[in-house]
Amino acid sequence: MTAALVSIGLGTLCAAGIYLMLRPRTFSVVLGLTLLSYAANLFIFFMGRIRIGALPIVDAQRAPTLAHYADPLPQALVLTAIVISFAMTALLLVIALRARAETGSDHVDGVEAGPEARQ
Amino acid sequence: MTWPHLITLPVVLPLMAGALLVLVEGRHAALAKALGMASTLAVLATAMMLTWQADTGAVQAYLLGNWAAPYGISLALDRLSALMLLLTGVVGVAALLYASGGDAQRGAHFQSLFQFQLMGLNGAFLTADLFNLFVFFEVLLIASYGLLLHGAGAARLRAATHYVSFNLAGSALFLVAVSLLYGLAGTLNMADLAQRVPALGPDRLLLVQSAALMLIVVFGIKAALLPLYFWLPATYGAASAPVAALFAIMTKVGVYATLRMCTLVFGADGGATAHVTSPWLESLALATLLLGSVGALAARQLRAMLGNVVVASAGTLLLAVALGRPGTVAAGLFYLVNSTLVAAALFLLADRVRHARGSADDQLSPAAMGAARTTLGVLFVLFAVSAAGMPPLAGFMGKVLLLQAAGQGPWAGGIVATILAASLLTLVAFARSGSTLFWKPGAASDGPVIAPPALADAPMPTHWAHGASLAWLAVLIVSCAVLAAPLSRYAAAAAQQLFDPAAYRQAVFGAQPAPPAFDVRREMRERKAAKP
Repeated sequence: MTAALVSIGLGTLCAAGIYLMLRPRTFSVVLGLTLLSYAANLFIFFMGRIRIGALPIVDAQRAPTLAHYADPLPQALVLTAIVISFAMTALLLVIALRARAETGSDHVDGVEAGPEARQ
Repeated sequence: MTWPHLITLPVVLPLMAGALLVLVEGRHAALAKALGMASTLAVLATAMMLTWQADTGAVQAYLLGNWAAPYGISLALDRLSALMLLLTGVVGVAALLYASGGDAQRGAHFQSLFQFQLMGLNGAFLTADLFNLFVFFEVLLIASYGLLLHGAGAARLRAATHYVSFNLAGSALFLVAVSLLYGLAGTLNMADLAQRVPALGPDRLLLVQSAALMLIVVFGIKAALLPLYFWLPATYGAASAPVAALFAIMTKVGVYATLRMCTLVFGADGGATAHVTSPWLESLALATLLLGSVGALAARQLRAMLGNVVVASAGTLLLAVALGRPGTVAAGLFYLVNSTLVAAALFLLADRVRHARGSADDQLSPAAMGAARTTLGVLFVLFAVSAAGMPPLAGFMGKVLLLQAAGQGPWAGGIVATILAASLLTLVAFARSGSTLFWKPGAASDGPVIAPPALADAPMPTHWAHGASLAWLAVLIVSCAVLAAPLSRYAAAAAQQLFDPAAYRQAVFGAQPAPPAFDVRREMRERKAAKP
């Protein structure tokens, strides 16, 4: 049940991300990439198995196996990935704003795709 | 006894220098220039020493954080890594020398971004951990975004928007592939993956194969494989000359990572993933080679043509990797050295040609060129001969080695014919652009050059550093041909080493953590015991 919910959530995030990424405006592309990186980050997190209420820190009461604890490594990996994707998105936003200022258009190609495409 | 920490220097040195340069660069331009150059030269010297060490045939492993493999992150140095480090150092020196002729002063933080780029490249070549490889990829990408935008201008911003978005999507895919592999095998250490992936049960077959192929897609983005290379000509064409020259080594990171994973993890002992990539990679590499050459022929600007030549050479390299035999990989490595140097040299030369032609820029149409025509023409012939694979330079020897090695497997006829056809197309492209630029009537008159309009990315006036940088690369390209025997011996030995993944695994797992200088836990225990 949890696994199905998680998969549906990830699939929706991914699909929305890819759809937005293929749009012609830089803002939609940035949003799409953000959604896609959220999906990737959640995927890393769930690759350490879906556990509810399990600690990643070993204590004295239970045997130190993954049956009793959550895998701490994906949590460390996902922190790195979040920091990187956050910084990259910020950079991309700055580039998109500069490109808008220099080319006068927020189309990803810097020029509008012709009058008939604008409607 | 050699110093064991030497292997960390190619990463640590540029990191320190880059961090220092952030502080220095805005205030003391001359000091920053000297510091950047000193660091790059030191990295080159380290790479030379490491190559000398790696050539003994032993794989060196280093435990970062002093945790035994597979729990910590390891660095590993074999002949291939050492060769890539050396190549990075050599191209880095050339690009930085060229940039010191004026390009470095066009925007803020060129020197520190350059150092961070070197750090990312070197780290990617050294690491033996898949997630660490992702991190170093990101380091080199972040630096490359900054370097690409250096100097700005609308064309550059447009190229950067595409380049950054594309690579961000690639990074997301990389993360998915890496975490899928972690979920299946429970490790990210490459040597450990090489042991665990073949041992996976048949129910994991499809998942692990898709993870492997996803990784190859990500590396294909970096290496400019067919459906994923369209960003490259625009990006390289829009970048300033020294940055484009440095980017010549960036496509090779993708080739390196593909080669590493295809031999170490997805190689002959890869179990379910053994040769999972070859059927796709081979045909795509051939198509990349062919389309790159056609693109070179169709290009109307010199820099766009060079971008397509880089794509074609990436296709050749990936083909050598995909054929997956020691002979083809050895030929590919030999070809890699020469093609990287030539690509860097041609991008630098294109900048000088643009300067000499003034407002005609790098359009492939006749225009006056001024007095620099002879020198530039001679250099162009030298580089073009090597890039197109004509005798007597090393590009020719690389192609011959590859044809010999490729001529033995299945589909040999088709592969050999495609390589030859692509070479012919590249040759025609170079001959056409060379004769248009240097021989056509407009060019022949050493008449006055029309001054270019004030563009944001107009080439810098002539400086002795430009000549020195081009001379450095020309000497290296010629010595690739003169020293072809030792170079091909080294390439063959590197390929042999790659096809013996057991040695790599043993080295990574055999590295012992150094005994701690002081053990805090034991001290605390003893102190507790000493208390009454």
